[in-house]
Amino acid sequence: MDNMTLIAVTSIVTAGLTTSLGCMMPALGEGRSVATALTSLAQQPDASATITRTLFVGLAMIESTAIYCFVVSMILIFANPFWNHVIAEATKATGK
Amino acid sequence: MRLSPDQMIFWQHGFIKLNGTIVFTWGLMVVLAVGSKLITRKLSTELKRSRWQNLLEIVVTAIEKQIEDVGLHHPEKYIGFLGTLFLFVALAALCTIIPGYEPPTASLSTTAALALCVFVAVPLFGIGEQGLVGYLKSYTKPTVIMLPFNIISELSRTLALAVRLFGNMMSGAMIIGILLTITPFIFPIVMTALGLLTGMVQAYIFSILAAVYIAAATRTRKPKPEPAPNT
Repeated sequence: MDNMTLIAVTSIVTAGLTTSLGCMMPALGEGRSVATALTSLAQQPDASATITRTLFVGLAMIESTAIYCFVVSMILIFANPFWNHVIAEATKATGK
Repeated sequence: MRLSPDQMIFWQHGFIKLNGTIVFTWGLMVVLAVGSKLITRKLSTELKRSRWQNLLEIVVTAIEKQIEDVGLHHPEKYIGFLGTLFLFVALAALCTIIPGYEPPTASLSTTAALALCVFVAVPLFGIGEQGLVGYLKSYTKPTVIMLPFNIISELSRTLALAVRLFGNMMSGAMIIGILLTITPFIFPIVMTALGLLTGMVQAYIFSILAAVYIAAATRTRKPKPEPAPNT
């Protein structure tokens, strides 16, 4: 396999893997946190404002790890520096 | 595939580019500043007040209450900064209804700038509350060994603020763009509604996190009480 094919295959596979792990793991974490929040809401309904706010802040922190994975996948697919580099080389080679 | 409003160029002269991020940021600034100025020209304390003044009062008192809930005891000191953060990010997300508009927070430059503002504001408020020595000593709590970790956590949560907001806004715009090419028109509309919801949630999260960081920096720690001698 030459350079171009290798870079393309690796980028695509890594992007798929990153997205899949980045979707599964934070979803598990968020599910557990919402379940615990619901339990504590049932036990102490008058603290619901604090619990809800803390829940949302916690969910945002968990979500941000998913966003990191998404950003890396997008970079691999749409703004891949290695791919741009080999494309530039190939264009130079055929243009010469 | 346009990844950000940075690539919409409106006007170019040499290397000075007026791209979508700058133009839309200016537009939001004009709407916020001119709108507030017009509404607060004739403030009334009677029962009869204009509906715009009512709207502003609802917004300001809600933000004040949230800041108070987080643990900052004089919200009027912080509401200028935190309220502006929330209103800017929320309005940037809300205006996606307007066709042809891309939220400027979908560009990493804008979110990095906002995160840097928070990064600078936290020590400023902390030093204002606790004095320079007191604030610097808080980095060595609970033990001096934690000093590098505290510094690293300062930097990493600034980065996290920037990337979180950027990722959420950019993903909303990108999903709509991708769906427009492959599905009937109803799905992009639904995704725009979802993008509105996540935009408002992210605006709330950004300002609440900034408030929590400032609260952590300005919290004066009570000295530990001496153990009572047993007689």
